[in-house]
Order: sequence, then structure tokens, then C-alpha cells
Amino acid sequence: MRKVAVVGVGTSKFGNRTDVSLPELAWESVKEALDDARLGTEDIEAFVVGNVGGWSSEMLPAVVVGEYCGLVPKSGVRVEAACATGSAAVRTAYHMVASGESDIVMVIGVEKMNESPTPTVVEFIGRAGNYFWEFENFGLTFPGYYALYATAYMHRYGATEEDLCKVAVKNHYYGSLNPKAQFQKAITVEECLNSRYVAWPLKLYDSSPITDGSSAVILASEEAAKKITDTPVWIKAIGYANGTANLSKRLDFIGLEAAQIAAQMAYKKAGIDPLEPVKYLDVAEVHDCFTIAEIMAYEDLGFAKRGEGYKLVREGQTYIGGLIPVNVDGGLKAKGHPIGATGVSMIAELTRQLRQQVEKSRQAPIRKGMALAHNIGGTGHYAFVTILSLS
Amino acid sequence: MSDNVVNSVSKTLDKLYKEPLKQLETLIGATGLPVYKDPKSGALLWVDVRELRLRFTLSVNKIAKFVDGLREGKLLYTVCKRCGAKFFPPQADCPRCKASDMEWRETSPVGELITWTVINVKPASFSHHADYVVGIVKMPDGFNITAWVEADPKTLKPGMKMRLLVDRRPGENYITYWFKPA
Repeated sequence: MRKVAVVGVGTSKFGNRTDVSLPELAWESVKEALDDARLGTEDIEAFVVGNVGGWSSEMLPAVVVGEYCGLVPKSGVRVEAACATGSAAVRTAYHMVASGESDIVMVIGVEKMNESPTPTVVEFIGRAGNYFWEFENFGLTFPGYYALYATAYMHRYGATEEDLCKVAVKNHYYGSLNPKAQFQKAITVEECLNSRYVAWPLKLYDSSPITDGSSAVILASEEAAKKITDTPVWIKAIGYANGTANLSKRLDFIGLEAAQIAAQMAYKKAGIDPLEPVKYLDVAEVHDCFTIAEIMAYEDLGFAKRGEGYKLVREGQTYIGGLIPVNVDGGLKAKGHPIGATGVSMIAELTRQLRQQVEKSRQAPIRKGMALAHNIGGTGHYAFVTILSLS
Repeated sequence: MSDNVVNSVSKTLDKLYKEPLKQLETLIGATGLPVYKDPKSGALLWVDVRELRLRFTLSVNKIAKFVDGLREGKLLYTVCKRCGAKFFPPQADCPRCKASDMEWRETSPVGELITWTVINVKPASFSHHADYVVGIVKMPDGFNITAWVEADPKTLKPGMKMRLLVDRRPGENYITYWFKPA
């Protein structure tokens, strides 16, 4: 297997993007990534599109995006892994380069959720489990699935709704410093606690929004990367696993087994001690589709012991200056969660963090040169942990 | 006509989509185009004139005994005759030993609540219901069952005993299963 580097990244403004069509939205990040790498479309040998769709009009997003962005005829495909679609697309492109098949491959995550009214989107995401046994008869919603974990976690470990809100407060704070975030307004614990329940015990402010957005990254072989950039960011490892479709088949509801397995796999490949991963990492992006998900991520990744994740946020340990800065771009919670683009935007953000190119107020100190992305599809139905490194 | 799942869902969808459809007709009549300016962003939007309705038909052919069970007020699961693996939701095929020879058994009447939530913001197709509780219950048979819990959520605690019911769901009138504190 060859070494693979990230050599160009781009991210669109996230939000309710009524001003652009799906391929126009994709182009915003494609252009930024090409400019970042100082490449043209002719340099891209193949591309992978991450898009979940259903709520948007295009059935074949990869060819629509490919045509608009001038990527025809090349090897282009679409991949899907629910909310981890972006990471699955990065993983696919990684293997295309690592195997020696291609030298330069572009990953494009794009999602246009606002092409459908909110009730349709709620209906679609509620079906993200095992349709007949969870949705058809019992009307579970996406917040509902995570709420099942939140109830069990809070009862077992004594975490409170206030603890969950502290995750939202942190991520909104960093969102307020990120010009590309959907929400650029800091919030208070009180505002979060006073927001209405969407799936008890989870409230509106515990939840990531419905978002349109795109993100693109260009991956290159070692030889190609060295010609393109002086600061390649290497993909050290990708760990991934899946979970059962039915939540009823899980052993417990206090953490995501798929994420634990994906983390172990990534740590092993990257040479990270799984007992002390924070010693190796400068910054992390974790999948905070709901506040409880970020707390479980701390534990599944080994940043905190089982049952102690909520203490990290209670003590402010995941702000810049703490044990490990997490989601300093606002996370899914405030930056937004355009399903298929989210995982790609995590890689784009961490690449810019490692290059020390983000807004000063939210730049994590880079001392060790390693960063981690944790991207979950569904409710632990898919998990991807990707490690990036400057060396 | 008494309330049932089909007319309840239709009523909701009518409420959601009738008014926007009328506006779309008026818009096309007046301007010749299904195009309007989004009042929030000022962006120009084309409203799709080709509506797509989705209603899937799912095969329950291989788990016909499960359907028969519901008719008789029983919730059935499968046990692989070769290796003894138990399946709920019932499976017709055992991936462990690759056999497809299943015994059908009735689930125990009582289990223990593991976790639950209250669905406050409901999908459109469930919005004719008041907020409902969905729980996961551990059954002594060796698997868990996800279903509604008919109870005041404030009274619920992990480990509470839950009785399984199989009957027509009030307001929807089709047979399904749910739990009630035992």
C-alpha cells in the first residue's frame, strides 16, 4: 500500500442554501480545493461523491456533480454510509490511491436537505434504522434513536440535561468563530435547557440542524503530493466498523460498539496507544449529531473512561487549552450537518488545523502533528475513525 | 368512517400539502412559471411540478407465521432448529449455520424495560398521535423488543417489568404490539 496525502481542501458555507443547486453547491468546495492544491480539473483522475439524498431531486448525484464540475470522462462513483457517507467516500478514494490505481483522486461530499420540506426530511431520517421494525410501526425519529442512548446513559452514570447542554454551548461558541458555520451565535446553558423537547430527554438545542453544504478534499500519492504541496497532510489510518440495524440487537445503550472497534483499528494502524490517545493528538472532530453523541464519542475514543465523558465537558476539557480540543469548528451541532458532506468537511477542517490555517481564535495549538476524525452513520450503524498526521 | 391509519395519515398529508399546491397552481396561472422568490433569503426557487408519492410494499412472505401470530394475538420469534439461535425480529434464515429450518415460538408475556424516549417531534405519518413513548424491553427469551410503551413516561424506570400486548392499535386500527407496565 502506498502513502496517501491530503493536498487540497475546500468547504462551502453551510446553512439553508436556497441560493444554489446541488451541483453549484458542490462546485463551491471543488473550486476551493482545486485552488488550494493549485490544480485544475484536468489533474483529477477520479472522484468519489458522498451523498445520501432522497430529500433532494437528483437520483444520480455523482454524474450530475461530475458533469457540472468538468470531471467527465473520469472514474466517478457515489458512495453512501448514512451520516458517515463523507468518511466512506474518503476511505474509498484513499484505497484508490493507496492501491496504486490512481495518483490524484477528489472526494466530494454534498447534501441538499432543504430541497424537501422539514416533515419529509424528518420522515426520511426516521427510517435510518431497520424500517419495518423501528419506523413503520413505532415512528422512531433520528433524535429518538439517540434519545434511547441518552436515557440509558444518564440513568447509569448520573449525567444531567445540563451536562448535555454544555456540549451545545461549547460547539455554538466555536461555531460563532467559524464564518462557514450554519449557526454563528453563541448560546447559554439556560437557552439550551429552555428549548423544547424533540425526543425526550433531547431538546432542540441538543440537536444538529438540517443543512445544505459541500466539502471536497484532494488525495494524492506520495510522489504526486510532493510535487503539489510543501505541507501534505498524511492519512495515517482509517478504522471502520458497522453496527446492527435494529437498536434492539445492541448489548447496551451507553456507547457505540462500532465506534469503539473503529477507534481500536485506527489506533493500531497509526501506532497510537489506545489507553492514552490524547497524548498523540492535537485536535479532534467528533460526530455530535446530538450532544449525547459527543459525550459517548469521548468514551468510545478513549479520551475519557467509560461513564466519565460528561465530566470532560463539565470541566471544559474539550475547549482549546484543555485536555483535547474537540469540534472547534462548531461541530455538526453549530457548523451544520449536511449528511454526505459532514465526514469530508471533518477531514478538510483537520487538514487546515494541522496546517495552522484556520481563524486564529479557534486554531488549536499544533505540537504533536496528529488529529482525529470520528464520523458516525446512523446511530452507530457505521463508524469511521480517521487519523491525519503532518509526518 | 372510524379512525384508521390510512385516513389519519391522508388527513395529515392533505393539511400539509393542499395549501402549497393551491399556491403553486395560482403561481403558474398568474406568471406562467412555478418560480418564486424565497421571502427569507430572496433566492429564486423553482417548485418541482412532478410530485412523487412513495408507498412501499414489503414482502412478509417468508415470515407469514409472524403475521398469522399477530392475527391470533401472539408475538412470534424464530429459533434455528439446527443451532438454536433465536431471532427477533424473526428471521427465515440462520446466517450462523446457513440453515433455513426455523421453529416458531411465542414470546414470553413479560420483560424488563432497558431504555425509552418520548417522541415529541413526530414524523408527519405519526403526527395524528399524541407524544408517544418508544422503549426497548429485554425479554427472558434472550432478545430485546422495540415497541411503544403505554405509560406516563414520568413513572418509568430502568428495569421496570413490562407486559406485552398484541392487539389493534387505538386510532390506527391495525394489529401491532406494545408494552404496558406489568
